[in-house]
Amino acid sequence: MTEPLYRAEALTRTFTTSGRVVPALAGVDLELARGGRLGIVGESGSGKSTLVRLLAGLDRPTGGKVWFEGREISALPERELGFLRASVQLVFQDPRSSLNPRMRVGQIITEPLRSRLVRRQLPADVDHQQRLAEVLAAVDLPPDAADRYPHEFSGGQRQRIAIARALAPKPDVLIADEPVSALDVSVRAQVLNLLTDLVTSAGLTLIVVSHDLMVVRHLCDQLAVMRAGRIVEAGPTASIYADPQQDYTQALLAAVPRIRSTGRDQS
Amino acid sequence: MKRAQLVTGLILVGAVIVAALISLVWTPYDPIQVVPGQRLLGPGWPHLLGTDGFGIDIFSRLLVGARTTLIVGIISVGIAAVIGVPLGMLAGQVGGWLDQLVMRVSDVVYAFPALLLAILLASVFGASTLTAMVAIGVASIPAFARVARAGTLQVVASDFVLAARGAGTSRWGIAVRHVGPNIAPVVGVQASVGFATAILAEAALSYLGLGTPRPTPTWGNMLRDAQQYLFVAPLQAVWPGLAIAVAVLGFNLLGDGLRDYLDPRLREVP
Repeated sequence: MTEPLYRAEALTRTFTTSGRVVPALAGVDLELARGGRLGIVGESGSGKSTLVRLLAGLDRPTGGKVWFEGREISALPERELGFLRASVQLVFQDPRSSLNPRMRVGQIITEPLRSRLVRRQLPADVDHQQRLAEVLAAVDLPPDAADRYPHEFSGGQRQRIAIARALAPKPDVLIADEPVSALDVSVRAQVLNLLTDLVTSAGLTLIVVSHDLMVVRHLCDQLAVMRAGRIVEAGPTASIYADPQQDYTQALLAAVPRIRSTGRDQS
Repeated sequence: MKRAQLVTGLILVGAVIVAALISLVWTPYDPIQVVPGQRLLGPGWPHLLGTDGFGIDIFSRLLVGARTTLIVGIISVGIAAVIGVPLGMLAGQVGGWLDQLVMRVSDVVYAFPALLLAILLASVFGASTLTAMVAIGVASIPAFARVARAGTLQVVASDFVLAARGAGTSRWGIAVRHVGPNIAPVVGVQASVGFATAILAEAALSYLGLGTPRPTPTWGNMLRDAQQYLFVAPLQAVWPGLAIAVAVLGFNLLGDGLRDYLDPRLREVP
């Protein structure tokens, strides 16, 4: 069997706030093959975001190990993480806070290309302006968007900008943390379809975190259900939907229509 | 309403700047040359605001005093900002023991009165504009460090900095491209308020004889000169006092106005 793209073993992360020790992750094992599309679902505080931050090398585990392409990223210093930074890109929940309000869209999108760490991993002849035009076109934004500031765009457009930035260094893996939760319901479908198209056409490995089961069902072929810092159920999306084994998963699935009808997830 | 503050501040500050600029090329009378025959004249013509105890035209001295005031403000705020802002950014971005160290040292400096520092410097190097500027500047470092640190903490916690780290941007790049531009408004506000504090401090130091010595006119040493004639010619003290009040009020209003104007919560709302 070939080495999986991502592997995590007994991953723990505890936070200490004013003397109190809070375990956000309490032993997570994970494997993800290249090209896989993993959805991570769970309620607030179940450790979903903590897990993807560890996978993206934005945080360090307090215990356990993470391997990416066979290298133990949890043991490498920042300056040796260039290969990870170039191959793994993120899209955050709220594009109002994930785009620097004082940078032009063009600068924002080309930021990954300009960082020294990533630049060394890319072919030397990458033309920033050309790549900028390519990714803007890929997310259906006009070329003149590059000269404007984020606040001049709507929420859905801003999320497209964030996606364009993630695509700029031609990553292998896209990690999306609640990619549509902050968006109006009317533009969610557009952004989800865009993500699906991009992931399919570029053959990306995708990790999506969401509390919205419909989003994950739309995007992912594998599912991991998290609760209280652990993965309580994992497997192919279709089979989990058809036959959830855990009480918690059943409760999550059963809760979908109720959440929708009360409009709680718009808050 | 909010604009009114900003506009009033700009007008008052503008008046001080114009006075300083005019004094560079022209003053009605020599602001330094003693004229024994015309001491303590009241306001009128040709000496608009009268003359002081040395027979020097007060209006001329006020104009030149504006220049000294502005230079002191610029240099001392400059010293405070150039040292304080990077320290605050460093403390906010690195955190941990370095943050603790910077902030505790800053607390100590903050607790140390600027006046004491000025007396110290003046007794070692002699009272001069320079020692006053250095004393005021050093005493103002903590205020800038705190403002910069608070702003940095806010920016560093934002998703766009997380995204920048995910994009492989170095700490230096994050400081220059993300933190700097986003804390610039609060630092600007602090600079304006700090300017007002510096003007007041310089006047106090000059009044005590620890700042700019005679014959160079400053509003502070004009007050000092006027003191001995307080019962004979009380208006002598009013003019420099008024000038100080205008400048301090102007910079404070400008600072407050800028704060409101730049507040993203007030601006983002469509």
